Amino acid sequence: MSAVSVNKLTKLYHTKKERVKAVEEVSFEVSKGELFGIIGPDGAGKTSLFRMLTTLLLPDGGSATVDGSDIVKDVKAIRKKVGYMPGRFSLYQDLTVQENLDFFATIFNTTVIENYDLIKDIYVQIEPFKTRRAGKLSGGMKQKLALCCALIHRPVVLFLDEPTTGVDAVSRKEFWDMLKRLKDQAITILVSTPYMDEAALCDRVALMQTGRILSTGTPTSIISSFASNLFTVKAEKMYPLLCDLEAWDGARDSYSFGEFHHVILNAQYDVGQLRTYLDSKAHSNVEIHTTQPNIEDCFMQLMQN
Amino acid sequence: MRTLQFLLQKEFRQIFRDPAILRIIFVMPMMQLLILPWAADYEVKNIKLVVVDHDHSDYSRQFVSKVTASGYFLLNTYTSSYSEASQQIADDKADIAVEIPARFEKDLVKESEAPVFLAVNAVNGVKAVLGAAYLQSIIQDFNNGIRAKWIQMPRLSPEPNIEVVSSNWYNPLMNYKWFMVPGILVVLVTMVGSFLASLNIVKEKEIGTIEQINVTPIKKYHFILGKLIPFWVLGLIILTIGLLISYVAYGIVPAGSFFTIYVFAAAYLLAVLGLGLLVSTFCSTQQQAMLISFFLMMIFILLGGLYTPIESMPTWAQWITRFNPVTYFIHVMRFVILKGSSLADILPQLCIILIFAFVLNSWAVINYRKRA
Repeated sequence: MSAVSVNKLTKLYHTKKERVKAVEEVSFEVSKGELFGIIGPDGAGKTSLFRMLTTLLLPDGGSATVDGSDIVKDVKAIRKKVGYMPGRFSLYQDLTVQENLDFFATIFNTTVIENYDLIKDIYVQIEPFKTRRAGKLSGGMKQKLALCCALIHRPVVLFLDEPTTGVDAVSRKEFWDMLKRLKDQAITILVSTPYMDEAALCDRVALMQTGRILSTGTPTSIISSFASNLFTVKAEKMYPLLCDLEAWDGARDSYSFGEFHHVILNAQYDVGQLRTYLDSKAHSNVEIHTTQPNIEDCFMQLMQN
Repeated sequence: MRTLQFLLQKEFRQIFRDPAILRIIFVMPMMQLLILPWAADYEVKNIKLVVVDHDHSDYSRQFVSKVTASGYFLLNTYTSSYSEASQQIADDKADIAVEIPARFEKDLVKESEAPVFLAVNAVNGVKAVLGAAYLQSIIQDFNNGIRAKWIQMPRLSPEPNIEVVSSNWYNPLMNYKWFMVPGILVVLVTMVGSFLASLNIVKEKEIGTIEQINVTPIKKYHFILGKLIPFWVLGLIILTIGLLISYVAYGIVPAGSFFTIYVFAAAYLLAVLGLGLLVSTFCSTQQQAMLISFFLMMIFILLGGLYTPIESMPTWAQWITRFNPVTYFIHVMRFVILKGSSLADILPQLCIILIFAFVLNSWAVINYRKRA
């Protein structure tokens, strides 16, 4: 049995003029103990999806089960066994770190001591501040406290909605290390993020955009399904280079990527033709390399289709 | 039960940790009870008077001194032309002009009647009506005094003369503070009971903590009780503080029993807490809740019989007051404190308040959804 099974889940938002499909017939499966990433830009529908799976929103269509419990019928059962960490810090700012943790432990009918082993690694980092009010913590500390509070009742499935948004690079890395360790505790984790580079850290990912899932699979399988020949290009004047690449028939797609531009060539073109084309456009210091595509390339390509 | 206990513990912690809330809860009632009753006084005093005396006689002087001796009037100016007096009123230097005609004394002696003209500045309605009434009764009194002097009374008065003497029951000295303090106390209890409670719940919505609570297996009624009980207790504490202040500062001791007051207050708080809860289900920000609260408070106070008697309102307004829980509590507080009504006397009001409590709370609970 899979930990999370989603079948054609749909959520509509009604505004005065139109109906917005926030989540449209989304289906995927997450196995037990998996670290599953939902990758997508802002507005892709990640939060709506999470809110439906944590029983905060009623779906408008489709069905889903979390640890075997239906998200519409077995609301009470789900609330007992999932942990949810919303994207926005939403603990009691006027209670201390210790009080927040105690409070959430109690309402789940457990104690901090009972599940201390689960949060120990994370909690020791915020323990020096345990008498400080949650509102006065730094962003990274708040994140850790929120994770502790979401874990304190030893959930079967943990939902983390954009846990690393607005967190510095070091804290992000730390956070992902923590998730890796949690995975060892056999907790299924669903994490949403807008950062493509974090996709590689998940066991499996689903790429999501405008309410639809574009592709699901392990990061490597998604990358290996990327069929096109990808090159990085660099020249003296980057912006005219990009304009010229976009104008060229031989390039199926081109976009800036860090200090390089990425170019996907059409089937019948090769790197030699690219070089002659760029020379004909009088670009100086042209560098062309073959490169391994990453998730972001796949995402860019999937968005094009 | 353990869940509820922890919810309550958390709630009280939060309330007592917020200095602003504490100040609102404890300082505000004291200030209001110590200041408002002195200002909210119906008795009109210091009515500025301008006298136009065309007569300058013994009687006109007697008349004027009788008026000023009453204590309600301040003789502002003594002029000899009416136009000057009307200018005084126009300049807001005088509230009432009294014109004594030239032949006042002669007419009074000869015809045993003399006209006096009163001009009243009616911009401030209460002042004008009461001032004119005071003045008229003084004139009446003056007139009777003269007649008693002049007419040789036969054994049986040829003109029957009815003198009205009134005695003020339940508030013998007609002390307005005795009347106002219980009413102001009701307003305070209402504010704590409904508005602080609604703001508290909306704050959870605003910060997002309600979301975190909603994914827990906490039961709806646990959460709601956890919100209601602290403010119910606070409401009763405010009432106690208020009753203490009204004893210490104004010497008000309820004629009825404290038990009656607290029983009614306990039921009343249930009703206003229900209202607070209902407001919170409709609002998503504290600002919205605050504005709705202001609006409701104005209606509650002005249509609750705190300042103006309900009986003198138009029929449609009287109907509105029947749907205002504050009306009943003000009524009951005045009855118990001044008149000494017992629980049996206020039973109808108690039943109505319990119906309010039931309807408002059920409506709020139905409206409060854990899922959107």
